[in-house]
Amino acid sequence: MLPPGDTEERGRWMGLLARAPLALLEAWRDRQAAPAYTWLRKPETGLVMVRARAGASGEKFNLGEMTITRCALRLSAGQSGVAYVQGRSKRKAEIAALADALLQSPAEHARVLQELVEPIRAQLAAESGRKRARAEATRVEFFTLAREAGE
Amino acid sequence: MLDLERIEGGFEDAVLDSQAAFRVALSALSRPGRILEVAPCPAAPQGVHPAANALLLALLDQDTQLWLSPSLSNDSLSGHFRFHTGCRTAATTDSADFALVASAAELPALDAFCTGDDEHPERSTTLLLQVDVLEPAGGWRLSGPGIKDAVRLATGLPGAAFAAQWARNQRRFPGGIDMFFACGRSLCGLPRSTRLDA
Repeated sequence: MLPPGDTEERGRWMGLLARAPLALLEAWRDRQAAPAYTWLRKPETGLVMVRARAGASGEKFNLGEMTITRCALRLSAGQSGVAYVQGRSKRKAEIAALADALLQSPAEHARVLQELVEPIRAQLAAESGRKRARAEATRVEFFTLAREAGE
Repeated sequence: MLDLERIEGGFEDAVLDSQAAFRVALSALSRPGRILEVAPCPAAPQGVHPAANALLLALLDQDTQLWLSPSLSNDSLSGHFRFHTGCRTAATTDSADFALVASAAELPALDAFCTGDDEHPERSTTLLLQVDVLEPAGGWRLSGPGIKDAVRLATGLPGAAFAAQWARNQRRFPGGIDMFFACGRSLCGLPRSTRLDA
């Protein structure tokens, strides 16, 4: 269990794990010695209602339903890991929950952070950079000339 | 925040195993006094008999409220059932759909639970009582629907006082509570229609 102050930090890595491409997670999992864990909740797929506010300040409304897969497991060392990921990949939820549990273990934290979380962060940042660059290329700057005074 | 460190796992196969537990509950209520084995039966949290745990995991959902007797009423146990089933915790006995009582010593008066009314007898509380003994001999004599002639049941409960309460419960028919006795992995049903003589 993390000290309370680390909740935000955990939220950050859980978010990264949830958005990571499955291939990256699988590649990391293949390099791990099989860690022993038991299921608290086996991977299950369901719908969640995503809610939003217009302009972040308006009334709450239901944006739409999203398919998610969630699971929870406990390592034999005692740490529990949880994952909520978009889509129906049970394998992805499993690896994300496993990484979440390992990241809470003081002995493994630094290693998993370096081997898995940082590469995910880098890849997601590169991808969003590429997307932004593509959009940037089509940007049109509109401007109007001011009429000359006195006409 | 929910502390996952102290939560036990649920059913191995959530769909089939909970259906199997539900089937046992149905059989127990339709054959009162018959002692049945709940299988498969996941590991239960501290203080809860495996049969009671399996039954609650199968029966609870988001629309039900669970009342826990004082020695079981703690965050990690209510968290366990909330995590697996989404149930809510009932503050009082008469608002509970299900009640889990740790032992006969903690059993409140049966009138304290919701007994339903003539229009909605199904709204009554279903009570799970954990006992140390569950044997088809000695003890009480049970008779009524689902029982050919009569059966004997020993639960280790003080006989006469409980029999008087149960007679009061029966007079409320069609209202009244239904009970399950849980001991280890064994389960025995006592529906409101069953007559009990100490």
